[in-house]
Amino acid sequence: MALKHQTPMLDELEKGPWPSFVSDIKKVAARKPMAEDLLGVLELSYKEKEGHWKHGGIVGVFGYGGGVIGRYCDRPDLFPNVAHFHTMRVNQPASKFYTTDVLRKICDIWEAKGSGLTNMHGSTGDIILLGTTTDQLEPIFYELTHELGMDLGGSGSNLRTPEGCVGKARCEWSCIDTQDIIYDLTMTFQDELHRPAFPYKFKFKCSGCPNDCVAAIARSDCSIIGTWRDDIRIDQEAVRAYIGGDFLPHAGGHESTKRALDIQAEVIDLCPTHCMEWDGKNLKIDNKNCVRCMHCITIMPRALRPGVDTGATILCGAKAPILEGAQLSSVIIPFIKMEAPYDEFKDFVDKLWNYWMEHGKNRERLGELIQRQGLGAFLKACEITPDPRMINTPRFNPYIFYDPADVPGGWEHDPKAFRERHQA
Amino acid sequence: MAAVEFKGKTFEVDEDGFIASFDTWCPEWVDYVKASEGIAELTDEHWKVINVLQDYYKKHGIAPMVRILTKVTGYKLKYIYELFPSGPGKGACKMAGLPKPTGCV
Ligand code: SF4
Ligand code: SF4
Repeated sequence: MALKHQTPMLDELEKGPWPSFVSDIKKVAARKPMAEDLLGVLELSYKEKEGHWKHGGIVGVFGYGGGVIGRYCDRPDLFPNVAHFHTMRVNQPASKFYTTDVLRKICDIWEAKGSGLTNMHGSTGDIILLGTTTDQLEPIFYELTHELGMDLGGSGSNLRTPEGCVGKARCEWSCIDTQDIIYDLTMTFQDELHRPAFPYKFKFKCSGCPNDCVAAIARSDCSIIGTWRDDIRIDQEAVRAYIGGDFLPHAGGHESTKRALDIQAEVIDLCPTHCMEWDGKNLKIDNKNCVRCMHCITIMPRALRPGVDTGATILCGAKAPILEGAQLSSVIIPFIKMEAPYDEFKDFVDKLWNYWMEHGKNRERLGELIQRQGLGAFLKACEITPDPRMINTPRFNPYIFYDPADVPGGWEHDPKAFRERHQA
Repeated sequence: MAAVEFKGKTFEVDEDGFIASFDTWCPEWVDYVKASEGIAELTDEHWKVINVLQDYYKKHGIAPMVRILTKVTGYKLKYIYELFPSGPGKGACKMAGLPKPTGCV
């Protein structure tokens, strides 16, 4: 079927062997005028090198301050079907376990009341439903909540939909129950999720082990990453079997023919703290110096396993580049047990939010506030004692400040007198 | 911009239903908007929120952050959503005639 708008520039994006979002939208455009006009407005933007979406629409559903992102086209005369093109975020189930029945029903709702276009999933984890009109928001919200038992996710200056890795459901390395943690946090912090009150967005992400499959350390203001504090479990027999070529390294993730593992080159030499040793018969690990990077375990999953005294490391402050550059989270709590009902963790979160809401400027992420005021101020506000494990290379980093009050005997420092003796 | 008429007054509104200029605000506007905002009758508590928003706006030229609004009114955020079902930004600011919030409230 011929479409309403000519789209020569978009058509270029259909060439080549890879999947194309243009082809996807065209498929829907054959039955949905909204998708048809979406192609038209995009082609115009490519031609003029100017966007045609107005900034900052404000729409929503009663009772919630987030979950819907308002979008209006600034050329409704040319593209009347996308005059409104609001996005709805739907809170994905923990670890994204769906029944096909639910997925079908979501698509049915969106086919009837929206553009039919979806994005599975947005970078925060939500299902993104792309494009609907203001009058459809409440009916869609009603069906999602009453018929599917689903809810809207976060948007704006609120808690964004928490996200976790697949965890214990399918992964033997998970040191914590990521699904339960994500579900619990989502239910506990409903107010924060739906009624924006923060200086800016706030994300929790939870990975079951330091492999960090949801990239919590790079993408969340508060990262919960599973770890252990006892020793890596070693099956020496299995180590020898890897070296003898009986098992596939990486569980066959990179190759399909059996081969002998070069334990020195592939494991020991790549251990970041050089805390492993192979004496020709047995593998030894100096667990005190192991930083739980998962490298050795990932290569020899049948021989090595995380310990059994498991918990999580809590890190804070990651964010994508917005005002400042991109930032990774820093260790704040080196080890916490993370057992339901997670009271110790939630107490920490309360203190963290109080500090951020008190001191954060409008649109300042937690990581930027910590950078502005210093980690010391943040730790003090959260009543956490500084620890060498918070420092990247504690043995090489001389920039450690002590609070005189914390040092036995203390000392006095008079900056004015100091400046008289030393030029600035 | 579209124009709406109500009780002899004319208001310019944008696509989200905010009035174009704070200067054209009058109590009739509140009366006009309340139904679409899911409010049956305005109480003193509604007016307290509206007045706080307007006072702050006149003084600072922007809408207050949510934290300030809850502090000054003494209402918990959840209660403000009970008063104004679409929330302090989309509901209360619209009724108070403030410009569309861009992430403050
Ligand atoms: S982060 Fe760890 S526990 Fe979670 S899925 Fe990845 S490897 Fe498994
Ligand atoms: S987990 Fe990482 S740091 Fe620990 S022993 Fe294995 S490779 Fe070394």
